[in-house]
Amino acid sequence: MKHLRSIDELGHDGLVRLLELTNHMVEVNSRPVPKVPALRGRTVVSLFFEDSTRTRLSFETAAKRLSADTMTFSVSTSSVNKGESLRDTVETITDMGVDAFVVRHKSTGIPWQISDWTNASVVNAGDGWHQHPTQALVDCFTVRQALGRERFDGLTLTIVGDIKHSRVARSNISAFSMLGARVVLVAPPTLLPPDVSHWPVEVSHRLDDVLGSTDILYMLRLQSERMSQGHVPNLREYAETFGLDAVRVGRLPSRAVLMHPGPMNRGVEMMVDPSTLPNSLIHQQVSNGVSVRMAVLFDLLAGESSASHLSQVAS
Amino acid sequence: MNRSADVRATTRTVLKGGRVVDSRGEQLADVAIQHGVIVEVGARLTGDHVVDATGCVVAPGFVDLHAHLREPGKEEAETIETGSRAGAKGGYTALVAMPNTDPPQDSVAVIDFVREQGKRAGLVEVVPSGCITLGRKGEALAPMAELAAAGVRIFTDDGNGVQDELLMRRAMEYAKGLGVTLAQHCEVASLTKGAVMNECQCCTSLGLPGWPSLAEELMVFRDIELARLTGARVHFLHLSTARSVELVRAAKRDGLPVTAEVTPHHLSLDDTRLASFDTVFKVNPPLRSPSDIAALRAGVKDGTIDALATDHAPHPRRDKELSLDQAPPGMLGLETALGVALGVLDVDLVHLVRIMSIRPAQIAGIADRHGRDLEVGAPANMVVFDPNVTWQVSPDSLASKSRNTPYIGMTLRGRVRHTFFNGTATVLDGDAQR
Repeated sequence: MKHLRSIDELGHDGLVRLLELTNHMVEVNSRPVPKVPALRGRTVVSLFFEDSTRTRLSFETAAKRLSADTMTFSVSTSSVNKGESLRDTVETITDMGVDAFVVRHKSTGIPWQISDWTNASVVNAGDGWHQHPTQALVDCFTVRQALGRERFDGLTLTIVGDIKHSRVARSNISAFSMLGARVVLVAPPTLLPPDVSHWPVEVSHRLDDVLGSTDILYMLRLQSERMSQGHVPNLREYAETFGLDAVRVGRLPSRAVLMHPGPMNRGVEMMVDPSTLPNSLIHQQVSNGVSVRMAVLFDLLAGESSASHLSQVAS
Repeated sequence: MNRSADVRATTRTVLKGGRVVDSRGEQLADVAIQHGVIVEVGARLTGDHVVDATGCVVAPGFVDLHAHLREPGKEEAETIETGSRAGAKGGYTALVAMPNTDPPQDSVAVIDFVREQGKRAGLVEVVPSGCITLGRKGEALAPMAELAAAGVRIFTDDGNGVQDELLMRRAMEYAKGLGVTLAQHCEVASLTKGAVMNECQCCTSLGLPGWPSLAEELMVFRDIELARLTGARVHFLHLSTARSVELVRAAKRDGLPVTAEVTPHHLSLDDTRLASFDTVFKVNPPLRSPSDIAALRAGVKDGTIDALATDHAPHPRRDKELSLDQAPPGMLGLETALGVALGVLDVDLVHLVRIMSIRPAQIAGIADRHGRDLEVGAPANMVVFDPNVTWQVSPDSLASKSRNTPYIGMTLRGRVRHTFFNGTATVLDGDAQR
């Protein structure tokens, strides 16, 4: 694997391979000294053109635990509006001799453009509304771990909220479907993409109709700018119709688990405190983030002899 | 060696062995030109200089209703000279220059400048269009009477549609009095804010903001009805959707004075190309679905679409290296239009010459000197092309200053061999003469 840019490029076998590899990384992270020399001498650059705390820190922690060197190039969105500086930046950093770019950008497609400008590997840490493959890996791993099963046949994943603008939703729809889950999208039509008829999903506009048949409830963040753009009349109405409150929690089957990619909008999509819910996986999502990203970086950078390197990791 | 010295306007030049194609049909004939005009058409002609046209079509030179020559203002992308050369290589003898220059073509000074730069280059006739509204801002009419007096026959805010209904009505009423044509870029801006690609299943998966067909069709419908109300002549630029074609077909059935054009890229490339995230495929209007492409081709075949127009839109590399949402829309067109058209259109050669030369010359108001039948006395604005030769588009072969074309690397069938502008060879055997 040269790049990790989308779940569809990764494919089913790649997805399963990375999830299996993540188990080894969880073991590494449980050690008293959670660090292995697998990527010693490799350099990983974080290229973040959009604010992110947890994803960037999670990647950097992952790289360090594999003994890679890390560099951070962090630019606020406002100061970058000229793409030629992006190509210059990528080519300049490439000239320094780096092995991977971890890229987040508000524009769809940037990881593909960057991979035309460098011979380093490119990891998509979120591009526009398009893809966020490591988040989907984290979410699949977390469900596997929590439910103790490798495939999701017979399970229903219900994704609630702003599907249209969500890279997390697009990556998760692909990933959970590959593992056999039934996927249900719940949103007002204004927050759905124009035509989802070719996606392996069912669609509902009423959250209360689908809660009873949900095994994994995945709440998406609603950005307040969606209100000014006319996608929803106001946040209160959205919270009333699509927010998770105590009554709706009561309608979920007792076995159902709750997920959220963070950061949460309390009082909007989350009307309850998830820490009071026994089946919330939100903390596990965060803590698994480092292990998943270690697996990704290892898979991309350990090279042909990754099997032998794996013994270093697993020992 | 520069062979143009041998083909001066004073020389009697004979184009030998070609198939003459114009509005009257096809005939095997030699064509002799001298002093800038056709002096004889017939068999076994002789002259001081013979240009081989064996196996080729000899036709009135192509006329592009839609070329962005970028001068003044964006000479980094193209100049009137380089754009003219690209046009000549594509078989064109006249280019309608779009007005979204900087400053825009909303004053006599700029119109005169563009026309003079065209004359200085001397490779094609550069026909400046005028803005409908001042600064293409859609707020107040440009001085259309002054511009018309300076020779402007076609007005457009291309790049922007005129959003305000009342202003467009006034423009049409005013244009009717001047006897000029309004060319509309059909795009209801409120429906395309931030849009990058056709609104379809593809944009759903790619997470790219969708550009609905309706944004074009609403304005096509509105302007057809305004044309019905005012009687003004309206030309629809770069139509891209099946429903737009249907609306124009119905308007023509009603006898309304509307015309329409389509680009080679909308006839040949569909929206799935955006999956490469290559900004070369970002155009305005966006590439549409295969069913739209089929409807556009059918519209050309049944005459609903009058003209093939390139929307030649050069951009420097650094601009096209922006992200998809930030990169400017547009691709080159002049040098590949013929090859693309021959590859995708199911029309005979007379029809091809009609949509690439005769009709656009009429719409641009230059039919006295372009798009004319090849008969004695007509200005020698002609193209000679081989409709069967295949060639691969390479960056080095392009005369345009920019390289933003997805046809690089593709094999096209049909290529321009010679172009004559006012009796002078601008292209001989595929090579620009100046």
